[in-house]
Amino acid sequence: MTLLQLEKVSRRYPIGNPVFGLRSFLTAVDQVSLEVRKGETTGVVGESGCGKSTTGRLALGLEQADSGHVLFEDKQLAAADTREWRAKRQRMQLVYQDTLAALDRRMTIGDLIAEPLVIHDIGDRASRQQRVLDLLYAVGLSEHHRALYPHQLSGGQRQRVVLARALAPSPSLLVCDEPVSALDVSVQAQIVNLLVDLQQELGLGILFISHDLRVVRHVSDRIVVMYLGQVVEHGRADTVIDQPMHPYTQALVSAMPKLPGGFDHYLPLPGEPPSPTERPSGCPFHPRCHLAKDICRQTQPELLPLGPERRVSCHLVSNP
Amino acid sequence: MTNILPYIGPKVLRAALSIIVVVTLTFFVLRASGDPALQILGPGARAPDLEAFRQKWGLDQPLPVQYLRYLWGALHGDFGNSMLAGKPAAELVLERMPLTLALMLPALALNVLIGIPVGAYAAMHRDSWIDRSVMMLTVLGFTVPSFVLGLLFILIFSVTLGLFPSGGADKWQSFVLPVLTLGVGGAAMLARFTRSAMIEVLSQLYVVAASAKGVTWRQVIHHHAFPNAIIPILTLLGLMLGGQVAGAVLVENVFGWPGIGQLLVVSVGNRDLAVVQVILLLVALTMTSANLMMDLLYGVVDPRLRQARPGSH
Amino acid sequence: MQKKSRIDLPTLFASLWLCLMLLIAAAAPLIAPHDITAMDLRDRLSPPFGFGGTTVHLFGSDDLGRDVASRLYYSIRTSLLIAFGATVISVVVGTAIGFLAAYFRGLVEHFLLLLIDVQASLPFLIVALAMLAFFGNSLPLFVGLMGLYGWERNARLARGLALAAGAQGYAGATRQLGAHPLRIYLRHILPNSAATLLVAATVTFPEIILVESGLSFLGLGVQPPMTSLGVMVGTGREYITRAPWMLLSPSIVIVLTAVAVSVVGDFLRDKLDPTLK
Repeated sequence: MTLLQLEKVSRRYPIGNPVFGLRSFLTAVDQVSLEVRKGETTGVVGESGCGKSTTGRLALGLEQADSGHVLFEDKQLAAADTREWRAKRQRMQLVYQDTLAALDRRMTIGDLIAEPLVIHDIGDRASRQQRVLDLLYAVGLSEHHRALYPHQLSGGQRQRVVLARALAPSPSLLVCDEPVSALDVSVQAQIVNLLVDLQQELGLGILFISHDLRVVRHVSDRIVVMYLGQVVEHGRADTVIDQPMHPYTQALVSAMPKLPGGFDHYLPLPGEPPSPTERPSGCPFHPRCHLAKDICRQTQPELLPLGPERRVSCHLVSNP
Repeated sequence: MTNILPYIGPKVLRAALSIIVVVTLTFFVLRASGDPALQILGPGARAPDLEAFRQKWGLDQPLPVQYLRYLWGALHGDFGNSMLAGKPAAELVLERMPLTLALMLPALALNVLIGIPVGAYAAMHRDSWIDRSVMMLTVLGFTVPSFVLGLLFILIFSVTLGLFPSGGADKWQSFVLPVLTLGVGGAAMLARFTRSAMIEVLSQLYVVAASAKGVTWRQVIHHHAFPNAIIPILTLLGLMLGGQVAGAVLVENVFGWPGIGQLLVVSVGNRDLAVVQVILLLVALTMTSANLMMDLLYGVVDPRLRQARPGSH
Repeated sequence: MQKKSRIDLPTLFASLWLCLMLLIAAAAPLIAPHDITAMDLRDRLSPPFGFGGTTVHLFGSDDLGRDVASRLYYSIRTSLLIAFGATVISVVVGTAIGFLAAYFRGLVEHFLLLLIDVQASLPFLIVALAMLAFFGNSLPLFVGLMGLYGWERNARLARGLALAAGAQGYAGATRQLGAHPLRIYLRHILPNSAATLLVAATVTFPEIILVESGLSFLGLGVQPPMTSLGVMVGTGREYITRAPWMLLSPSIVIVLTAVAVSVVGDFLRDKLDPTLK
C-alpha cells in the first residue's frame, strides 16, 4: 500500500536581487518521482547538494513544490503552516542529523518527548507521562534520562530522543534526513538497527536520506539515486546494489568496501559535483563520466523504465 | 568596476523610502495632534478669528488635501510658512543653519582629532596604566549627558574661573565651551571604538604576517593596521551623527546658542508645525545620506560586499 | 572563552552604588525628611551641611526653601521608575516587532524593516520632543513615549535571534511537530532569547535615564509638582552662581548611575552573552 508518493516534483530557488540584478533560478529538485510504501523503506542516496534533503522537505510539505504533486495517504498535502498541515504532522515526522540544534536546550528530555503529544492534544497528563516512559524504553533509553537536558546526553542518545519524539504521536511516515551521519560508526549501527526493529514493530513507512550507500543499502527496500536534483536510477535495493546500471551508481557501489558480488575494481569518481547554478549541458553527469559520448554532452537522457520497478536515466543504457 | 548597481540600488531605494515615510509620518502625526490655530491665537480667541486663521493656512481643508499640497510644495522647495514668524519655514531654518554647523563641525573635528589618536595609542599600549586610565575616563566621557557636562563647564570655567562666557554666540570665546561640551562625548566613544578596532586588526593574520616578514612596527601600523581599522571607525562616525544632533539641541539650550536646536525647542513649544517639519526632514535627510554614504564607502572599499549571495534555504 | 569568576573593583563599586539607588528609590517616602513641596521661604538657598548649612537641609535647600535631599530621593525614585517602565515597554515592543518581522515574510517584513530604518534615521530625542509638545504631557504618555526608545534596536536583535533559531534549529523542529507559531515563539524562541534580550535591556535602561533627564531638563518631560533628576538640573541651572548645590547633587547622581549601569552592563555582557557586542 502506497503511503507517500511524489510525482514529478520540482523545486526552484530564486537567486540574485529581484529588482536590480537579473533574477535567475537554481533548480534544487527536478522532476523527482518516488514512493514510500507502508512498512517499507525507500532510500535516497547522493552526494551533498544533490537535492536529497530538499526532496525530504518537499515530501513533508515543509516546502511547497513549484510543480508536481505530493500525495500522502492518497491525498494532496495542504499548504505549509495551515491548520490542516499542522494536524497532518501527527502522521508524518522528521528525524534530523543535527540533534543538538533540533532539541531545545532549555527543555528536559521528558518534556521534549511529550511536546508533540501536548501539541496534538493526545491524552491527559498521566497518560502522556506513561507514553514518554514507554517511548524511552522503546528507543533503548531509561527512566532516569527523562529529567536530563539534551547537552547531558551523547550524540547517539540524543538521536534516540529525536526518534522517540518523532514516534510519540504514532506517525505512519518517518522521513530520516542523514539520521546517523553525525555519529560514530559503532553507534550508527545501533541506531540503524533500532530503526529497522521499530519499523517492523510499528509498520512505519520510512524515507531514508543519506549520502552513505552502505547505510542506505542496509535499511532500504527501494533505492533512489539522485544527482544534481534529478533521479538517475531507481529500483529495488538488491538489484540496484548488485547490478547498478548508471555509471554514477556504479561508481558509488564500487566505492563500498568489500561487497560480495560487487565490482572487482574501484571506479574513481573524478572531481566534485558541479554547482546547481552551473548545470552542464546534456546529461548532468557527463563531465565526470568515464564513458561519456557525444550524445551525453548534447541531449539530456530520460528516466526510462527498465523492467519492473526499475528506471535508469542514461543514454548508454537506453541505446547502447 | 564590475556591476555595482545591484549593491547600490536597493540602498538608495531604501534611503529614499525612509525619507518619504518620515515626511508622511511627521505630517500626519503633527497634524493629528491638535489645533494649531487655538495654540497660536490662545484659548480666548474669537471664533471668526480662528476661522480666518485656519483659512489662511489651509487648515480648513481635509487632511489628504493638506498632505498633497504639502508634498507638492516640498518638491518645489516650499515647506510652508512659519505661523509664528510669518515667513517661509525653510528660510527660517536655513538662517539658523550656519550657527549650528559652526558648533557641530568643530565638535566633529574634535571627535576625530582626540578620539582616534587616543584610541590608537591606547590600543598600541594595551593594558598599560595609560590605557587603563584612558578607558576609565572614556566611560565617564560618554555616559555624562551633554547638558550636565555643559552646566559643569559653565560652573567651572565661567562662574568660578571666569575664563569663557556662559552663553551667546558673539565672540570666539563663546564657541569654546559649547564645542567642547558637544565634542567630548563623541571623542570618548570614538576612542573606545578605535581602540577595540585596532586591537582586532592587530591580532589578525595579515598584520602578524607583515611583522613576521621583518617590516617595522611603525610600518605595520601605518600600512596595514590603520587602513583596515579606519572603515569601521568611519561607520561609527556615521552612526554617531544622530547622538550629535540630539546633543546639539541640548547644548544649544544650555548655552543659549541661537541655532536650529533652540529653534526646534521654541517651535515645538509654540506648535509651529511647518518649522518642526522642516527641521525633522533636515535631520532625517542628513542622517540618511550620511548612512548611505557610509554604505557606499563600504561597497567601494570592500568588494566582497558587492557580490550577490545566492538565496539560502 | 575565559572564565571570569572574580568581580573586579569597579564592578563591585558600581553594583553597590546601584543597590544604594534602588534602596533610596524604594524607601524615598520613609527616608525623606521633608515633603518635596514643603516651602520654607525664610530658609531659601541654604547651603548643604558642611558648606555653611545646617543638618535641617543636609544637601541644602532650593529657591523656594524646599529640601534638596528629599527632592533628590523622590527624583531618583521617579527617574528609575520611568526608566524601568520604559525599558520593559521597549523590550516587549521591540521583541514583538522583531518576532513579527521574522515570522512574516514579504511585505510585512519589508514594512517593519523600513520602519526600523526610519527610526534609525531620526535621533530619538528629536522625535520625542516633537511628539511630547504636540500631544501634550501626562505621566503615562511620557512613560509610553520613553518606551519607544531603542525599540528598533531590540527589534533588530529579536529578529536576528528568531531567524537564527529558525529553519535549521529547534524552532524548525517544533514547527515540524505541528506546533502553532505562537507556541514556537512564546515557548521556545522567547525563553532561549531571554538572556540576550535581558542584557540588551541593561544597555537601554541607562540611555532612557539620560533621555528622560534631558527632556525633563528642557521642561518637556516630568512636570511639576512631580520631580525627576532632569527637572532638578533644569531648575538648578537658574541658580548656578548662587546655589550650585541645587545643580550638583542631581548631576552627580545622574553621572554616577549612568556610569555604574554601564560598568555592570559590561560585566553582565561578558558573563551572560559573549556574542553580543
